[in-house]
Amino acid sequence: MYPFLRLGPFLLQLPAVALLVGVWVGMSLTEKEAARLNLPPAVVSNLIMVGFIGGIVGARLAYAARYLEIYLANPLSLLSLNVNTLAISDGLVFGLAVAALYGWRKKLPLRATLDALAPGLAAFMVALGVSHFLSGDAYGAPAKLPWSIYLWSDYRHPTQVYEILTAIMIFFIAIKRPFGLTGSGINFLLVIALSSAARIFLEVFRGDSAVWPGGFRAAQVLGLIVLAITLYMMRLWAQNDKLPAIEP
Amino acid sequence: MNWSILLKDKRRWAILTIVVLVLGMGWTVFSRLPPASANAEDQPASPREGFSAPDFTLDLLGGGQVTLSELRGKTVVVNLWATWCPPCRAEMPAIEKVYRDNKNLGLVVLGVNTTNQDNEAAAAAFVQELGLTFPIPLDRDGSVSARYMLSGLPTTFFIDRKGIIRSVVVGGPMSEALVRSKVEGLLKETP
Repeated sequence: MYPFLRLGPFLLQLPAVALLVGVWVGMSLTEKEAARLNLPPAVVSNLIMVGFIGGIVGARLAYAARYLEIYLANPLSLLSLNVNTLAISDGLVFGLAVAALYGWRKKLPLRATLDALAPGLAAFMVALGVSHFLSGDAYGAPAKLPWSIYLWSDYRHPTQVYEILTAIMIFFIAIKRPFGLTGSGINFLLVIALSSAARIFLEVFRGDSAVWPGGFRAAQVLGLIVLAITLYMMRLWAQNDKLPAIEP
Repeated sequence: MNWSILLKDKRRWAILTIVVLVLGMGWTVFSRLPPASANAEDQPASPREGFSAPDFTLDLLGGGQVTLSELRGKTVVVNLWATWCPPCRAEMPAIEKVYRDNKNLGLVVLGVNTTNQDNEAAAAAFVQELGLTFPIPLDRDGSVSARYMLSGLPTTFFIDRKGIIRSVVVGGPMSEALVRSKVEGLLKETP
């Protein structure tokens, strides 16, 4: 765990740096894939940036909405750079909605655009694992194994390493495009399906699982739902032999 | 191998889907957690969210001592600071304001001065200048900084009534809205 790096008076948050590198690599790969799929790379790249910015704004507004009286009394706090006042899950939904709206306005074909995003998304998942490794988040359950790591006062499963390794495997599958069907959206769905399956399997080794009644781990249940929908969608989209029209 | 053939064969894909989902459901059911294991209070003490706050006993500026574990039942904010740290200075008025507004509701603020890299006289002058009224424990040997894995100043830990760290803010300055939003949620929780 190496959460911070001192650079003179500055305290560099390495997990955040890993995420920024992930966004940058992801955007580069997305632009290349977009060009290969005959989509305008700049527009697809803007789609990510618009979604990213929209996500951050949405996350801050959602947090402020939860503490409305406090923020009404201190409205300038909305502009704070502190990441502790971001509602991440709300921001994710907001960012996706903004990106979808932008893509619709720019008339980007849905399935081809999703395929363009697939390798970049897979690369970002690797960076997310590295970020977790650096911060000590997504930590493992206590376990005395030859490969356990000492973290948070106990020997634990190195779940961040498991996460990185599976993300790397998914990335290589994504760039291999095993199903072919270029621009059909199948490659994107494959990345989502594999990521969901990996989460269902690896969640067992986590020490920070959110638990629902009955002892079910929330991430596994949600992963199963996403996996089922994704597998169904893959079949549905593959039924159409004709590739979706790609507008220049 | 061209996997698209598998995808276009309705029967094979249905079998694959069913097998994958049944395996996933089996794994999910098999790996359910017993209810007791989800108890955060059973976590070892460690300076991160979801774990018990590491205990300490420190001398207070102006006399007396404070022990963190004796504050169970109260919402506690542990803020580690030093006089030479500009963001520490900048966020103190916000912490003081939130403390004054909520101390009668069970809020305790411990402004732990990292005395091992500061000095007591400077800390006393700082407290007087800013009019701070919350207790100032002195970490003379740096043991609390070490136990809390201090990597930058200021660092603030928001601890609930059960002694569990609920939020960690590294760096600053924290806005009043941030401090207030973190504290008021914890104060509403029952002991």
